Amino acid sequence: MGNKSNKGSVSRILDLIKEKGVTGSIKDMILNSQIWRSFFRHGLEDTPKTRMETIIGNSFLHLHPAKVKRHAPLFRFTWCMGGITFFLFLILTITGVFLMFYYHPNVRDAYWDMKGLEHHVPFGMLLRNLHRWGAHLMVIAVWFHMFRVFMTGSYKPPREFNWVIGVVLLVMTLLLSFTGYLLPWDQLGFWAVTVGTNMARATPLLGHEGPFGSLMGMTAYNDIRFALLGGSLVGGNALLRAYIWHCIGLPMIVSTFLIVHFWRIRKDGGISGKL
Amino acid sequence: MSEGKEITKGRYRALAFVKGESLAKEKDREVSKDEVHTWPYLVRVEFLAAIIMTIILMVWAVALDAPLEDPSDPTLTPNPAKAPWYFLGLQEMLVYFDPWIAGVVFPSFIVIGLMAIPYVDMNPKGNGYYTLKERKFAIFTFCFGFHVLWVLLIIVGVFMRGPGWLWFWPWETWDAHRVVAETNYDLTQFVGIDSKSFLGSVIGGGVVAIYYFVTMTLPYLFLKLIGSETLQKLGIIRYSIVAFLFWTMMTLPIKMFLKLVFHMKYIWVTPWFNI
Repeated sequence: MGNKSNKGSVSRILDLIKEKGVTGSIKDMILNSQIWRSFFRHGLEDTPKTRMETIIGNSFLHLHPAKVKRHAPLFRFTWCMGGITFFLFLILTITGVFLMFYYHPNVRDAYWDMKGLEHHVPFGMLLRNLHRWGAHLMVIAVWFHMFRVFMTGSYKPPREFNWVIGVVLLVMTLLLSFTGYLLPWDQLGFWAVTVGTNMARATPLLGHEGPFGSLMGMTAYNDIRFALLGGSLVGGNALLRAYIWHCIGLPMIVSTFLIVHFWRIRKDGGISGKL
Repeated sequence: MSEGKEITKGRYRALAFVKGESLAKEKDREVSKDEVHTWPYLVRVEFLAAIIMTIILMVWAVALDAPLEDPSDPTLTPNPAKAPWYFLGLQEMLVYFDPWIAGVVFPSFIVIGLMAIPYVDMNPKGNGYYTLKERKFAIFTFCFGFHVLWVLLIIVGVFMRGPGWLWFWPWETWDAHRVVAETNYDLTQFVGIDSKSFLGSVIGGGVVAIYYFVTMTLPYLFLKLIGSETLQKLGIIRYSIVAFLFWTMMTLPIKMFLKLVFHMKYIWVTPWFNI
């Protein structure tokens, strides 16, 4: 009995080869194997059903709806800027993780780690360049994204709240870039962050040089600038704080808001268009 | 007939596939008139955008190295010490306003103002498509704030500012010893009243109060007089928010004009803060 069914499967394979040729039958057997079919839930033939299954059956692609409005893929409508911003965020996350392997967030090592990246780490300079220029590009892309969304009126109901989240993400992008600026611990970053955080001294009520700051009992050692820097000067504590905000705190906040931002696009009716 | 109408009117989403008989005609390539399949029409555009971005970033990163200056030295202040380029608009405002305004209050207003846009723009037109003539005020205000006050000031800050935050054209060499003799006057000093005196302070405060009172009230009365529909939709609270933020934004070009033409320093001097 078993012998007979064995013969059956061999003859079935021979029939398949006769019908589809050797490569055709190999392809057929792979596509019908249990392993392949556990990976991919849909066939490969180009039908509307497959096209939709490709999107909804894929963890990453199902961020999209299965169908979009006809103008959604048009570059002249979206400028692709939101997607490019997210893509740059992913590039920055990956290059950032690699940079963390070679970086010590302390005053003694930080600057020389930059030199090490340049001279000792294979492709270290390229890695740092990608991260640096990618960050600049992301700031620019975020601004263009905001500008496009404004010009198409895409913040109007029902998308008001998603615009607000977008503004939060814009601010977070600038803060990410700003905290990263200090990490090379060179003159450029040190003084840029000194100039930037000196503004916090002048915060009304909460800064020791701001309006009513001294009335609130603010000094250089307890005001909002002190909280940001972990000291009254940009020093080791400020470097560590910038590092932790840059690598852990802000990326977590950004990721959370990104989830909401993307989810709300779907829930608020997909990409905007003429109503 | 009525069924067909409903299909063209409403949007529907594919959430899952269930085995069984379907009402949808699978042979139809066109799912509906104003929608296309995300796969391949949108995904391929995103993929292309990602590839192009990668190429741009790669070429940039190979061609240009990220800057790295000397190790940070708290005792050696560079002249000028510039913030990162995306904050130079704020740093440029320091020429015209004290740090608590330029560095804290105005940035907060920018963020709050951006977030407020969807809640104060009551114009239902221009939702999801490009139009200028249907929303002139909104686009004018946004573009003036973004392109002129934000982007243009960044360009000035990056390219035109040298030692002492003095104006240097890009083709001029920076002269660290250039001194510009410039005496600035407070508003009340033009009429011979000490700006630090009680009277000067009261006059200065009065001018600020009158500025907001006039700029916020006159347009309101004018719009009321012509029976503006926009004003009716806005209501008094939304109108006040728009007017306050708009005229606060306008204080920057006004103060720039006063400072550059009349060498005006402060309009209002008090023991706690100056405006």
